[in-house]
Amino acid sequence: MTRMLNLKLRIWRQNGPDSEGAFLDIDAPGIPEDASFLEMLDVVNERLISDDIEPVTFDHDCREGICGTCGVMINGQAHGPEKATATCQLHMRKFNDGDEITIEPWQATSFPVLKDLMVDRRTLDRIVEAGGYISAPTGTAPDANEIAIPKEAAEMSMDAAACIGCGACIAACPNSAGQLFTAAKLAHLNVLPQGQPERWKRTEAMVETMEDFFGACTNHGECHEACPKEVPLDFIAMMNRDYVRSKVKNRSLASQ
Amino acid sequence: MVTLDAKIPEGPIAEKWDNHKFSVKLVNPANKRRFDVIVVGTGLAGASAAASLAELGYNVKVFTYHDSPRRAHSIAAQGGINASKNYRNDGDSVYRLFYDTVKGGDYRSREANVYRLAQVADDIIDQCTAQGVPFAREYGGLLANRSFGGAQVSRTFYARGQTGQQLLLGAYQALAAQIAVGKVTLYNRSDVLDIVTKDGEAAGIVTRDMLSGEVTAHSAHAVVLATGGYGNVYYLSTNAMQCNGSAIWRAHRKGALFANPCYTQIHPTCIPAADEFQSKLTLMSESLRNDGRIWVPRGFDESRAADQIPEDERYYFLEEKYPAFGNLVPRDVASRNAKTVVDEGRGVGPLSNGVYLDFAAARARDGVEAVKERYGNLFDMYERITGEDPYSVPMRIYPATHYTMGGLWVDYNLMTTVPGLYALGEANFSDHGANRLGASALMQGLADGYFVLPSTISDHLAPQLGNSPVPTDDPVFTEAIDTVNDRTRMWMNVKGTHGVEHYHRELGKIVWEHCGMARNEAGLQKAMSEIPALRDEFRKNVKVLGSPDGINTMLEKVNRVDDFMELAELKVRDALHRAESCGGHFREESQTPEGEALRDDENFAYVGAWEWNGEDAEPTLHKEHLEFEYVKLTQRSYK
Repeated sequence: MTRMLNLKLRIWRQNGPDSEGAFLDIDAPGIPEDASFLEMLDVVNERLISDDIEPVTFDHDCREGICGTCGVMINGQAHGPEKATATCQLHMRKFNDGDEITIEPWQATSFPVLKDLMVDRRTLDRIVEAGGYISAPTGTAPDANEIAIPKEAAEMSMDAAACIGCGACIAACPNSAGQLFTAAKLAHLNVLPQGQPERWKRTEAMVETMEDFFGACTNHGECHEACPKEVPLDFIAMMNRDYVRSKVKNRSLASQ
Repeated sequence: MVTLDAKIPEGPIAEKWDNHKFSVKLVNPANKRRFDVIVVGTGLAGASAAASLAELGYNVKVFTYHDSPRRAHSIAAQGGINASKNYRNDGDSVYRLFYDTVKGGDYRSREANVYRLAQVADDIIDQCTAQGVPFAREYGGLLANRSFGGAQVSRTFYARGQTGQQLLLGAYQALAAQIAVGKVTLYNRSDVLDIVTKDGEAAGIVTRDMLSGEVTAHSAHAVVLATGGYGNVYYLSTNAMQCNGSAIWRAHRKGALFANPCYTQIHPTCIPAADEFQSKLTLMSESLRNDGRIWVPRGFDESRAADQIPEDERYYFLEEKYPAFGNLVPRDVASRNAKTVVDEGRGVGPLSNGVYLDFAAARARDGVEAVKERYGNLFDMYERITGEDPYSVPMRIYPATHYTMGGLWVDYNLMTTVPGLYALGEANFSDHGANRLGASALMQGLADGYFVLPSTISDHLAPQLGNSPVPTDDPVFTEAIDTVNDRTRMWMNVKGTHGVEHYHRELGKIVWEHCGMARNEAGLQKAMSEIPALRDEFRKNVKVLGSPDGINTMLEKVNRVDDFMELAELKVRDALHRAESCGGHFREESQTPEGEALRDDENFAYVGAWEWNGEDAEPTLHKEHLEFEYVKLTQRSYK
């Protein structure tokens, strides 16, 4: 028989970016433990709707932990208490009957609240647009096996590329720093042979775009703790090293 | 009067695509900047098309309802992407990939399109590798492959269990580069609410800004829909929550024929539903069937745990029935057999609604580490969702709606029956016939976006050189905006008693019950009366709260469910008229003595393409007869 949980929720409600927000205190009885966290919110919303109250707005889509759309602060933790787990993959069996759960949007000045638990993360796209790609126009590619890539390099690239762009790293950081996200994108491309021609230009542009939007990194490591894909902190060291080198490399390239 | 001209090029099948590229009209490089193209959707097909068109020099406007293009549901594809590189030296070829795809589709696809798909598949692997997609590699540094259902060669390229994610990030990055240089303008959080035509040709779209609520018209020389499939018509599916059929349905209402809506794929390896609050079903990659053995207890209503059931009391139903392919039979065959054993009372799990997928043999043979390397992230996901550890107990799986082979009818250029309106990827019907093989959706989305559309769209654009797009103050646009606003007002004024979710769930129950894994005439007839009744009740009694000016997720969803109601009826109508079984469309009246899908080639070897005649009129069926010159039609057998 499925265990049922009776919960007390505090949910942040805010009508728009410029509105004042406030907590909604609401009881959520009869939540099955097999429900996901977002299914629990679905149930709460259906109950609100039947009482003619507007449902709580939150971003979500795949509910498989891969699209990176969802993400809320659960009792002050980005994506909640379970390691390596996005909000949609967190299940209610991780909670106990009678628990009080506080649910808030990502908190970072670069992620303004749009409504309730939904925030604007477009700054992440700006960082990628600054150089997070390999210029290989369609049709120009050589045979895929022309370039052998050591398995270790491909694996390291994949460890970085696993980032889902949810923004939890920034939400969890006391400085709202964007280092882990940016470093992951850089490492994905910079460790591959195909990524070398644009490596220094990419690194300089992405790091400086990141700094336009996000805070400074002071090595707390909260980003990695919150990351649903456990992107390693080492990539930040790699980014810092590459950034310093880019300052020399880009100058010498320009003078050639 | 609509006539279906597939525009299949002349010549031997291996030369058709080259011949065609030579014969299409071209736009010279300097003139490409004089053309505007709208792309709707940023999944594999949309993002790759938008990036490639912009690289060529066209001005592209791309629309997505997500906050970022990277979130499209292609991202969730796990297993891999096919190409007949023959890197494994196991006898693969373009012809074999073509043959397998036509056969896998149960001979209901267009030969010329499928051949082209197989041809460009190699280029996709090259393209993605050049972009930095971290495909799995061997220790020598060369690309690795795995095998997949429906094929006897190892031709699937993969990036752990996140192939879709990595391919989409590649396309998204190419798109980001074009956004950065200003060749692509991105409209995020934009919901397409109507397709606009003028004098029968595509003129543009009407969108709603999902943040401000503002309704706007956009015009272009061509409109490309890459909006995915309509699997959420079942409510529960492996699709993402926002996946919807509205863009293609609105296009259908504006004259684009809808082909084979009854062809939907039920994926065999999904996690069974746990309770009534289930919001979606999660797929476990089909690649698991490479090493996992599927079984149920031989006895009925078994209550012992899996490890308490001795070997001789286990029924490995796929291995027993299909010795040659075993657990790697195509998806439709695997799904139906799972349904059969569960219906017989052999189902496992708390709700007796699943079958076992067991890795004990693989662990014993290859070691836990090898299994972990291959499937680690899938096992972790399974554990998170079910609370069970698949390293020690067998997984439980059951089929769920996954992919829709039907979609907008398109010709060889990927153009719908509305000139200037194109459909790419899952949104069209073209390549998978009545059943899609594993690792072929990513292949088709990227083939359409990277290689096919960029080579065919000029045929439509070239003659328009010097023409401006229809201005957005033209009556066709102002009227379309009025219609959208009227529809919004209608929803806001219903003030009914049930939320949108309720009606979506009810619709899903009807469609799954009568038009799911197995269909019969009586059930389909029942659905034909239940769906319109539900739709009437929905329109009279749905509750939409809040304001249309600003973020309103209920308003977004009510339009989508309304469109699903109409689409569902067409789907059932199509299933009813196709009195044969083929691929994912299994009519109980039409089966072999062994219970396999029995086709009726004499009467049904055609694409059924439906024409909209208005809300109160029956649609008209048009038939594109399928000619098979290269592949011999046989009863599929995977024994």
